[in-house]
Amino acid sequence: MAKEKKTLNLNFGPQHPAAHGVLRLILQLDGEIVEKADPHIGLLHRGTEKLIENKTYIQAVPYFDRLDYVAPMNQEHAFALAIEKILNIEVPARAKYIRVIFCEIGRILSHILNVTTQAMDVGALTPTLWGFEEREKLMGFYERVSGSRLHANYFRAGGVHKDLPSGLDSDIGEFCEKFPKIIDDLETLLTDNRIFKQRNVDIGIVSKQDALDYSFSGVMLRGSGVAWDLRRSQPYDCYDDLEFKIPVGKNGDCYDRYLCRIEEMRESVKIIKQCLKNIPKGPIKTEDGKISPPPKRELKQSMEALIHHFKLFTEGYRVEKDEIYAAVEAPKGEFGVYLISDGSSKPYKCKIRAPGFTHLQAMDYLIKGHMLADVPAVLGSMDIVFGEVDR
Amino acid sequence: MKNLADLEKFINSELTSKINNSFIKHNNIYLNINQDELIEVISFLKTNKETKFRQLIDITAVDYPENENRFKMVYLLLSHEYNHRIIIDYSIKENEVISSLTSIFPSANWMEREVFDMYGLNFKNHPDLRRILTDYGFEGHPLRKDFPLTGHNEVRYSEEQKKVIYEPVKLEQNYRNFDYESPWEGTKYIKEIKKS
Repeated sequence: MAKEKKTLNLNFGPQHPAAHGVLRLILQLDGEIVEKADPHIGLLHRGTEKLIENKTYIQAVPYFDRLDYVAPMNQEHAFALAIEKILNIEVPARAKYIRVIFCEIGRILSHILNVTTQAMDVGALTPTLWGFEEREKLMGFYERVSGSRLHANYFRAGGVHKDLPSGLDSDIGEFCEKFPKIIDDLETLLTDNRIFKQRNVDIGIVSKQDALDYSFSGVMLRGSGVAWDLRRSQPYDCYDDLEFKIPVGKNGDCYDRYLCRIEEMRESVKIIKQCLKNIPKGPIKTEDGKISPPPKRELKQSMEALIHHFKLFTEGYRVEKDEIYAAVEAPKGEFGVYLISDGSSKPYKCKIRAPGFTHLQAMDYLIKGHMLADVPAVLGSMDIVFGEVDR
Repeated sequence: MKNLADLEKFINSELTSKINNSFIKHNNIYLNINQDELIEVISFLKTNKETKFRQLIDITAVDYPENENRFKMVYLLLSHEYNHRIIIDYSIKENEVISSLTSIFPSANWMEREVFDMYGLNFKNHPDLRRILTDYGFEGHPLRKDFPLTGHNEVRYSEEQKKVIYEPVKLEQNYRNFDYESPWEGTKYIKEIKKS
């Protein structure tokens, strides 16, 4: 008599510490082998795109902080670039450097979180504690420059909101001196760790071709050996003048992706150091009064400044009819904004292309045939944040 | 092909009858195509060795309620080899069915589900066309321009019934959509109050 095969349906999440937020996974199991994974997303859907259509361009910026909330400024960057391209705004050099510094800080923030929580998912607690101490310092820099630790609302079309406060550059420099040591420490805990390797090596392998077909970007793509980084291939702001390497993986498994992230943090530190060394003096946003608000002190003296201020914060600036796609290399991959403007002061349509959305889609492909215990490892190495997946 | 202008010429000469209009702007190629030729155009762009648009970046739709062809479908493709981006679009009516790209790009699956969810457009040959971002049992298509920003239903926990319940949205204050572009005419809702 043949044994009847019975599959088990397992509901993973939406409240599960290894789900990295509010993911609900319906798993079909044969014993301990996953046969099918069906992610249910949208539990954090806030209708960002609909809301942006109803806000002026200035008011839309904070929504971008709330997408991938572990690296807020990288998202604002894509939106700012899209508007700048349509309006043809020249961004002052200093602003470009400040933006790059904070984008790289965002990258480190995101990678620390991912690497350490991935380690936690497979059983190591200490890296999280060590890593979060550093994140705390970095968020301190965010706070000093923008006034808040997470939801920065700092980038503007045409530059940034405010100049660096005095002393911040030397503090960031000091951090850059000390941080590589911390990465070394994290590596001693993880890179050669037997358990960590057993859980990650040869798990969730993505071939080059599949990485392309599944629209992977960022580390998910580079981990599989495709040398593609928008900072290098389609440089924006001042990435052209900076020297940095792009780490590329070999096997496309979870372990390679971890190694890529570690190396990217080291490269980010180098980028920040170069920026701090070369940053020029000068204005930090475009001086076009129709786009950037006048300094506060002029409001009491100048009629024109007052009118500009009033118009900018009520009506907002108008953006001519156009359609554009602007993308940046966010920590998780290609983050893009597809913007359609209709000549008014509100976007007609703003589609947000989130890297996590396409990565999570491949969950079924990645996990098929693996054990149930590999689900958190694969999920962790995909670097999913639900703010951007659900939007 | 490395040069963007050459590439545009090449695509035009190869796909003549399938393309309505094309131009280069912001360092991207914009292509307006015939709706029926979508699959041919995309598979040509993906496989031809002069184009090699091997990655699908995104699929989305745009709603223009006043147009006869109400929706515009948009496809973004990227070529790693030649470092170009292309934006493909075409217009369709509300109840027309779109060919699914899932056979060419597996990643089109969720992107098309999102368009289905947000705009209510249907795809043929899609393996698994379900809602994706909205709530279980949700009605309506949120990104259509005629869908209200506040939505129709709100959710709360009812102490009496000891469960989560759905109710029609009740706002303590009207949603104020100030029209700053013509400040003398007042907002829409004041005009409506005056009328009634």
